[in-house]
Amino acid sequence: MLVIKDLQASIEDKQILKGINLTVKPGEVHAIMGPNGSGKSTLSAVLTGNPAYTVTGGSVEFYGKDLLALSPEDRAHEGLFLSFQYPVEIPGVSMVNFMRTALNEKRKYFGQDPLSAADFLKLMREKRAIVQLDNKLASRAVNEGFSGGEKKRNEIFQMAMLEPKLSILDETDSGLDIDALRIVASGVNTLKSKDNATIVITHYQRLLDYIKPDFVHVLYKGRIVMSAGPELALELEEKGYDWIKEQVDSQQ
Amino acid sequence: MNALKQYIDLFDESREIIEEQSPAILNTLRSSAREHLETARLPRKGSEDYEATDLEAVFAHDYGVNVNRLPFDADPSETFHCDVPNMSTCLYYTSNDAFHSSATAERNIGQVVVEPFSMAAVDYPELMEAYYGKLARMSDPTVALNSLLVQDGLLIYVPDGIVAERPIQLVNIFNAALDMMVQRRLLIVVGKNASIKLLACDHTQSADYRYLNNQVVEIVAMQGSTLDLYDMEESTPLTSRVSSIYVNQHEGSNVLIDGITLTNGFTRNNYHVEVNGEHAETHLLGMTIASGEQHVDSHTFISHNAPRCHSNEMFKYVLNDHAVGAFAGKILVQPGCPRVEAYQGNRNLCGAPTARMYTKPQLEIYTDDVMCSHGSAIGQLDEEALFYMRTRGIGIDEARRLLMQAFVADVIDGVRLDALKDRLHYLVEKRFAGTLSNCATCAAACRPSTKD
Repeated sequence: MLVIKDLQASIEDKQILKGINLTVKPGEVHAIMGPNGSGKSTLSAVLTGNPAYTVTGGSVEFYGKDLLALSPEDRAHEGLFLSFQYPVEIPGVSMVNFMRTALNEKRKYFGQDPLSAADFLKLMREKRAIVQLDNKLASRAVNEGFSGGEKKRNEIFQMAMLEPKLSILDETDSGLDIDALRIVASGVNTLKSKDNATIVITHYQRLLDYIKPDFVHVLYKGRIVMSAGPELALELEEKGYDWIKEQVDSQQ
Repeated sequence: MNALKQYIDLFDESREIIEEQSPAILNTLRSSAREHLETARLPRKGSEDYEATDLEAVFAHDYGVNVNRLPFDADPSETFHCDVPNMSTCLYYTSNDAFHSSATAERNIGQVVVEPFSMAAVDYPELMEAYYGKLARMSDPTVALNSLLVQDGLLIYVPDGIVAERPIQLVNIFNAALDMMVQRRLLIVVGKNASIKLLACDHTQSADYRYLNNQVVEIVAMQGSTLDLYDMEESTPLTSRVSSIYVNQHEGSNVLIDGITLTNGFTRNNYHVEVNGEHAETHLLGMTIASGEQHVDSHTFISHNAPRCHSNEMFKYVLNDHAVGAFAGKILVQPGCPRVEAYQGNRNLCGAPTARMYTKPQLEIYTDDVMCSHGSAIGQLDEEALFYMRTRGIGIDEARRLLMQAFVADVIDGVRLDALKDRLHYLVEKRFAGTLSNCATCAAACRPSTKD
């Protein structure tokens, strides 16, 4: 579904991604790990079309479409979703209004009529249960005053509502206690199917105990320098990144 | 050049006709107004308190003045149905400069007095004498001009202890087929422990003519009274409005004034509040949504002349395209007024680099032991929030609209009439969506369609 070829990107003239190659197929879970500042979050920002970043080379195909040519909203409609590392608070915009607008914009994109109020609320109820999100939170402004854990659960709730084909979880485990981590992970696993895929960006093995990856990639200095099976995550947990850094730096 | 001269000349030529057709009480101020105007000049852009606004240019146009009181419109209530859903009001109209009551005025079962000055001068001469022209200041040339030329106006009087069951709605319409200036004048007297909610809407039926509403509103809020005034403008790019609202608050009175501009051409709103009794409460709110070439300037002055009073002021502007907004607010706490709480805020959103906002918050405090604050901010839409919404599939235009709506939401939530609050949320949504046009219930095309 996703084919990234030699993707290069910069922010304010600073080159961050220096040639990423990655292919994701339906049903797969990919973990992207790597030390701080290696470009993990940049990759998710570029894939979702954050205007702060400039693509300087390479291509990304999503179900055969040129993803980089699409606006962020159309990428979402086509089935791409990003769970933010730092979800944004939007005072004055209620969760209900936010989700209804998002859903109806997607339906409009596919030529469907807007969801009725009753159907929409029913859907909200169903999906809220997946991440045990309190009804009170759903009636408040988007992320405003939410705790760290509530924000992350809210991200997965939105993912459940929008039913993406490819979800990128950007450090969804950061700032979560063990209980919240379990809830979020079980939410992600509930939503998993043979037709959708997940890219998990994380520093730690911990999340991967709950969301089992098929592939683990190490991102360093803007490139994927190592790819292997889930055993690589365990090895990294034990040995850290230094041995990979040394290996890569000596090659250069 | 002196834009006032044409109107002074007109007055000198037509004084007799003007005075013949006016209740005598209105004629008592004309000589004084004429004197003030002899040396007065309208402020030009850049002068004190008019940093962004050129009044001289607004009045310089050759407007018609209906000196002879020719009738324009048989009955506006047949054409205009400015309903607020789920809100039962007593509806009155001002068509250009003439007053009409509607069938729904009968709901106002004889408690609250709503009468043109011509009638009020006969029915309530002591009220008119006691309050007409007592608050408004002739030192403002626009007030002097209003007092010079005004021929009628409206008295709204709530006798002591009366709590008005229904809100009074006053729909002001321009529908003359010529360029025209009118002097609208309101006198509102809310008796002791009386209470009323008032909704005033300014509309313009024709977008082809230039209109100028030079209005003066005087409000007396007696001991323990409550007054809500929602003053909403939905006019056209060729419509100008200069409005001066003067308020005198007595002990324990509670006054809320909310000035809302959705569409207009040029607007200057002056608010002058004298808080003269202890434990009085003042809420001054403003919301402006402007695009195209709209110009909206609010000038507020709250003088705390008594201890233990509370004022709360919040003005919000959303400006797009080449719109210009201005806000200057001053809170004055006079000597010997401890325990006053006064807060002023002005928050502005510039949605386009070509939009301009001028702001000047001021506090002047001559008493210890008070709590006062003022703050002003001008910003743009939050890029991070926009991107977040777009990743959820909300298009950039829709995302901008949601954020702009959210920005003004708390001002709308300050409205103390639930049905009007809902209506305002709806109107603002339509305004941002660019689909604010004719009311569904109304046959007259008094709202222009505007788009951001």
